[in-house]
Amino acid sequence: MLENIKQFASEFFVTGDPLIYGADVSIALVTIAIFAGLTYFKKWKWLWRNWLTTVDHKKIGIMYILAAIIMMFRGGVDALMMRTQLAIPNFEFLHPEHYNQVFTTHGVVMILFMAMPFMFGLFNVVVPLQIGARDVAFPYLNSLSFWLFFLGAMLFNLSFVIGGSPDAGWLSYPPLSELQFNPGPGQNFYIWGIQISGIGSLATGINFLVTIIKMRAPGMTMMKMPMFTWSVFATCVIIIFAFPILTVTLALLFLDRFAGGHFFTLDGGGNPMMYINLIWMWGHPEVYIVILPAFGIFSEVVSVFSRKKLFGYTSMVFAMMIIAFVSFFTWAHHFFTMGSGADVNAFFAISTMLIAIPTGVKIFNWLFTMYRGRIRFDLPMLWTVAFIPAFIVGGMTGVLLAVAPADFQYHNSYFLIAHFHQVLIGGVVFGYFAGMYYWWPKMFGFKLNETLGRWSFWFWNIGFYVCFMPQYLLGLMGMTRRVSTFDWDTGWGPLNVVSTVGAYLMGIAFIFQAIQIAYSFKYREKDTTGDIWDAHTLEWTIPSPAPEYNFAITPVVDSRDPLWVEKQRRAAGKLPKKDAKPKYEPIHMPSNSGIPIVFSTFFFIAGFGFTFHWVWMAVLGLAGVLACLVARSMNDDEGFYIPAEEVEKTEASLRGTL
Amino acid sequence: MANHSNHSHGHDEAHAHGSLKSYIIGFILSIILTIIPLVVVMNHMMDPIPTIFVIMITAILQFVVQLFFFMHVRERQGNQPRWNVMALIFGLAIVLVVVSGSIWIMTYNGVGY
Amino acid sequence: MAQAVSQNDHGHHDHGHHDPQELKMLGFWIFLITDVILFGTLFATYVVLHHNTAGGPSGADIFEMPGVIAETFILLTSSFTSGLAVLAMNKGKVKQLIGWLVVTWILGAAFIYLEVDEFAKLIHEGHGFSGSAFLSSFFTLVGTHGLHVSMGLGWMLLLIIQLSRRGINDVTRGKINVISLYWHFLDAVWIFLLSVVYLMGVM
Repeated sequence: MLENIKQFASEFFVTGDPLIYGADVSIALVTIAIFAGLTYFKKWKWLWRNWLTTVDHKKIGIMYILAAIIMMFRGGVDALMMRTQLAIPNFEFLHPEHYNQVFTTHGVVMILFMAMPFMFGLFNVVVPLQIGARDVAFPYLNSLSFWLFFLGAMLFNLSFVIGGSPDAGWLSYPPLSELQFNPGPGQNFYIWGIQISGIGSLATGINFLVTIIKMRAPGMTMMKMPMFTWSVFATCVIIIFAFPILTVTLALLFLDRFAGGHFFTLDGGGNPMMYINLIWMWGHPEVYIVILPAFGIFSEVVSVFSRKKLFGYTSMVFAMMIIAFVSFFTWAHHFFTMGSGADVNAFFAISTMLIAIPTGVKIFNWLFTMYRGRIRFDLPMLWTVAFIPAFIVGGMTGVLLAVAPADFQYHNSYFLIAHFHQVLIGGVVFGYFAGMYYWWPKMFGFKLNETLGRWSFWFWNIGFYVCFMPQYLLGLMGMTRRVSTFDWDTGWGPLNVVSTVGAYLMGIAFIFQAIQIAYSFKYREKDTTGDIWDAHTLEWTIPSPAPEYNFAITPVVDSRDPLWVEKQRRAAGKLPKKDAKPKYEPIHMPSNSGIPIVFSTFFFIAGFGFTFHWVWMAVLGLAGVLACLVARSMNDDEGFYIPAEEVEKTEASLRGTL
Repeated sequence: MANHSNHSHGHDEAHAHGSLKSYIIGFILSIILTIIPLVVVMNHMMDPIPTIFVIMITAILQFVVQLFFFMHVRERQGNQPRWNVMALIFGLAIVLVVVSGSIWIMTYNGVGY
Repeated sequence: MAQAVSQNDHGHHDHGHHDPQELKMLGFWIFLITDVILFGTLFATYVVLHHNTAGGPSGADIFEMPGVIAETFILLTSSFTSGLAVLAMNKGKVKQLIGWLVVTWILGAAFIYLEVDEFAKLIHEGHGFSGSAFLSSFFTLVGTHGLHVSMGLGWMLLLIIQLSRRGINDVTRGKINVISLYWHFLDAVWIFLLSVVYLMGVM
């Protein structure tokens, strides 16, 4: 009996590596500390009522961003482990198998569990406020999306300590990811972790699309929407068309592994190439999903901090929608070397290069917005300015990669690695940082410390170039991606050391940011204006942080930069100094619900059961999922009203006119 | 059952969904459009390529019939844009890209399997 | 931000109150379009892999058309009756509404019965899911549609219970509109299944 348990445990838990034991211990300690802390300070009820069951988009947004920052830490540690292993030729820091796991989880975590939630967090915090809405279209679904994402991410991360991590690359290509070559549970964790969070992403896409279409403030026509909202609109369009493809692809891979299917196997008529074809139909639009909101953020920031209106609004909108559309026509450039023939490669090479045109339009629009502006270099603007050169270099190397014949040389080399890190860090991460610094006061009511932010900024930027510029050269020298080590005689040693130094500089930058957040929280100065940046759009017309109902009075809009125009009119004396006392009305609010977290937990249980082929557990989980659906369908809670007097009181105290 | 066939008013404007007449027309058209390809295929009346044409054209026509007579895509609320139609067209375009693109890309890769 | 602006270009300006049923209808419509993409991807997989029979049977060898034709007309009729249910609802007749829903439900269940029967026969004859790439993609494509219909049946049952308890109100009306849209959609998907999988398979 005891032997059996020992046997089971040694297979169930990941064993044999001191690094993992260390991580196990720290995870266990942190978990115990959190539980003990919550119990000691009697915060369980508070946590449940105010956060876990909330349907308030602002709180959900904060939870997304928090999760994203934690995941950035995890993915960043993965990156540093890889760079450490590659610092010196023939270094023995990670086993090759462990190295495979680390690069797989690094990619998955960074794209799906860092960039995506960071983006959704900003969607949630900003979009309803920017369009003058009380909440998103489906607040309950919004909470469900978050918990599906969170528990999907947790399921994926569980593979670190239980069962073993996936190790077939971030997109899990068959045949390597098939049962035959990868019998452990790692790939199942991959499939279910992404599948569960993917359903959440799809729901978010639908939710924000309906929100933007239907819930804009009176007078805000589509062509008067703020640029960030436009970018979210374009992103949601891509999400709803791309994510179902991911769902199907992963489901088919799972059927291969679980039920003996022959979609992507080497025998039985399966075709692994079909998987590669399908996954990139999602994968390529996915990179536009994460970059477009960053474009939206830059557009907001650049106009506010240049104290000008955005240059070329209409061309921005068209460029964004063209990118969204063309993004569905470029997927084959990820596998030019697959052998689909010259006509296929020619088509996809040209469509890929076409994307550079609308992107170039946007770059010029940002530059022209800055031209003759009175620029303030606050943190959001710093990141925006840093983005432009980084993204131009990344974009140009992208065009090089799009040249199909030349791609046979670059394919899967460090040149490619350098390219996509340049656009994903220089574009996406810089963009989301700009957004985080810009909207942080709206989320929490205080600014993040400027000095620490600048230290972090410079460490990030210098580290970024030191890390990735050498990688272009390494790629041209023949270093391929996913190699766990290399020999002295390759001559790759010096550049790899430089690259590793750069990676550590970015690690230091992240530590600065962590300190920055803690420091700013401790020494926070309450923002009483609600409009700390002298901004242009509706979210800055309400107090920071926003009250739970957002707008006491639904605003009416007649221009693209409503707050900016209002301030100008006020300054010109065209508006009365003080508005007449508004007449408040009761505000309808949706009720909190515990179903989303329970629903997602059942999904987690089902995923865990499938991962280990424990059918009873999977069935139990799915039954729970169904029960939650039934419970929701039968529930006819229609929310509640905040009485007008209470709104009046809250407004008066928040705006300091009590 | 309903005998006022053109008595289609609902609770309010947004819910006024079709009439009995439109459902019956849609139903009959759908049956006809199902029978045509069935007859063509089961009796081997044509060569493969024309048969595929007949099958696809009747399928698409039937889809259109259902969209108009069953799903009422023509209805709109007030003077708002037809978001549902736009989304549908874009969605169908993407499906076309997914299917035809896969076939095109995989033609060369399918050889030998 | 001018308060005096005209609000003509916006349908509802009742201080942030949006018709929840209207939102749900649009949201559900978009969900259906994501489902279109989902089926589109499965179709793409089927079309690419359906020649890969690995020495096993092809569609022409195993498809039994009589059952499939019966399924087709049953589902088509159920789509029609679900429309009649909506008509009854618009007239405010609860009993008639429930009656048509029950008819639709029975037809849907008959469809599922025939499909399960077809699958069982195939598996019994040794042409199961893991026989070849063709069989895997066939079972997945048709089975996913069947799963959708089954989910719809469960959902319809829930709605019948809710209707008999609460009658027709704004909430149940929205739900009936949504499920009837869903049901029509499943019928439309079946048309393409019939065409691409069965008719092109046996021709």
